[in-house]
Amino acid sequence: MKILVCISKTPDTTAKISFNGDQTFNAAGVQFIMNPYDEWYALVKALEIQEANGGTVTLINVGGADNETIIRKGLAIGAENAVRINTEPASAMSTAFQIASYAKSQGFDLIFTGKETIDFNAAEVGAMVAEYLDMPYVSFANEMKLNGNTAIIGREIEGGTETVEVDLPIVISAAKGLAEQRIPNMRGIMMAKSKPLEVMDPAPFQDNVTTKQFELPTAKSAVKMVDPENMDELVRLLHEEAKVI
Amino acid sequence: MSVLVFAESHDNTFKKPALESVFFGKKTAEKLGTQCVALVLGNAENPGQLGKYGADKVIHLSDASLANFDSQVYSSVIAQVAQATGSNVVVLAHSSNGKALTGRLAVKMNAACVSGVNALPETNGGFTISKSVYSGKATVHYALNAENKIISIMGNSLSPQIIGNDCPVESVAVNIPAAKVKVVNVDRVVGQVPLPEAEKVVSGGRGLKGPENWGIVEELAQVLGATTACSRPVADADWRPHHEHVGQTGIAIRPNLYIAIGISGAIQHLAGVNNSKVIVVINKDPEAPFFKGADYGVCGDLFEVVPKLTEALKKFKAQH
Ligand SMILES: Cc1cc2nc3c(=O)[nH]c(=O)nc-3n(C[C@H](O)[C@H](O)[C@H](O)COP(=O)(O)OP(=O)(O)OC[C@H]3O[C@@H](n4cnc5c(N)ncnc54)[C@H](O)[C@@H]3O)c2cc1C
Ligand SMILES: Nc1ncnc2c1ncn2[C@@H]1O[C@H](COP(=O)(O)O)[C@@H](O)[C@H]1O
Repeated sequence: MKILVCISKTPDTTAKISFNGDQTFNAAGVQFIMNPYDEWYALVKALEIQEANGGTVTLINVGGADNETIIRKGLAIGAENAVRINTEPASAMSTAFQIASYAKSQGFDLIFTGKETIDFNAAEVGAMVAEYLDMPYVSFANEMKLNGNTAIIGREIEGGTETVEVDLPIVISAAKGLAEQRIPNMRGIMMAKSKPLEVMDPAPFQDNVTTKQFELPTAKSAVKMVDPENMDELVRLLHEEAKVI
Repeated sequence: MSVLVFAESHDNTFKKPALESVFFGKKTAEKLGTQCVALVLGNAENPGQLGKYGADKVIHLSDASLANFDSQVYSSVIAQVAQATGSNVVVLAHSSNGKALTGRLAVKMNAACVSGVNALPETNGGFTISKSVYSGKATVHYALNAENKIISIMGNSLSPQIIGNDCPVESVAVNIPAAKVKVVNVDRVVGQVPLPEAEKVVSGGRGLKGPENWGIVEELAQVLGATTACSRPVADADWRPHHEHVGQTGIAIRPNLYIAIGISGAIQHLAGVNNSKVIVVINKDPEAPFFKGADYGVCGDLFEVVPKLTEALKKFKAQH
């Protein structure tokens, strides 16, 4: 079983968000983490499958050298090797194009992405990789079993779960429930230092989406406190002032 | 030229995201001075009703092989219909299926794509569109610089309104590729409006102490016609089903009204709910961080406050 796991970097949710002017993200003082869907579910499910069936788990990241912290973390959790495509991706499409260009000739049976990144919530990269490689795509998997070459997957849908069957190779995006988070241990962290991390040049790609401007939200007006003994007043406010009931 | 809207139907009916997409597609088409064509795949009752929400025409392909969703099949069909109708803007809902299609279609149609947008595009001198990012802590504006454009819209971004009458329904010839993904079972909770579509949400946290106390949350939700949700520890402890978990690692919602009961308001929770239009927080701790992000706050014991609120709402409903 040859498995590829796409991992990305995102600011920790507690990070204070600011911009240089209104154009670029101000990374000064921001703590970055591996996108939780990639780390907790995609990577761990890939490792579970590899442990049960043999094979390899390779990590791929599209990004600059500063992404190597999260790549090493992925290796410490248990992936065998990693590839970093050395370019700052400007859009989901450019990321997917780089991943697909690498994966095309490698014969992966399974390609995992996270459900979405928690900063931009695009949920685009997996679908795009699948299209570039002309592979089936199962989004938001929260349960998965393998029966030989066939995967039986539960995927999140509005208000429930849909179960599908599909033959490998496939691209899957991982949602909560697919696996249980693993914390890297000391041995893993030590071993990760000497695992192969290959850096590759990007394939040429022309972006068609550009960021024009970032904007911070207008401050929310102060909370209006309502007397706990007077719920009629809350109902009145929700009706007359907020107009939501 | 036209704007093509993929209008999802489930169990023969169009849910709010479909109507919202059509309405959004029509408003976009008006800005571009063109038509809005809605595409319906699989079974759907009276697809012409989409005309009410702005479709100038509906294309309905009811081939039995389209009854189940496969992103490869659907994206191929949507791209063919876009070609046949001369559509270079495609609008979808940012729903489970929509999310599996947006990226695929963008690659297939060599289109510029933005998913989860929350407002109509600006079309004066270009085509720019905005979405909320960094857990609602910022908005980004993108310019789409390609002939073809794909947009998926976040639920509750724009309320669909009735602006027309039933419209003509046609079919077009397409090649439907064989599905590789076989749907073997669909397990959907019936009754409640799914969280991403819900206009009102009542949510409970660890302050409720245990699953046996959820009756007061459910009763309030019922009186309001709201969907129930919960914080992550509540789902992790199996007090409530996982599909109710909202937040950074759960579902992101943007209802008109979000009532948080016994939830502290950790940043990871807020990440999924702070796009709600109006937030009400009920918590006994005046220092609870959630009060800072709320519109209305009630500082008190939820076991007393919530039943009182339910009673007050019942009284209000009887009078209105
Ligand atoms: C990476 C990461 C991702 C996460 N993702 C999510 C997520 O998606 N969603 C999420 O919800 N959390 C998430 N969390 C967890 C989050 O940090 C908080 O721990 C969690 O939201 C707290 O849940 P809670 O508010 O229900 O419980 P608590 O923090 O324990 O708060 C309970 C609240 O109830 C109040 N209370 C108690 N008794 C009463 C009473 N009788 N009357 C009134 N009020 C009462 C208390 O004052 C308190 O404020 C995540 C954490 C991490 C680290
Ligand atoms: N720069 C990147 N490098 C590798 N994988 C990525 C990158 N960005 C996103 N991904 C993968 O694509 C998934 C969905 O990202 P997105 O479409 O941006 O929401 C993430 O969970 C990752 O698995």
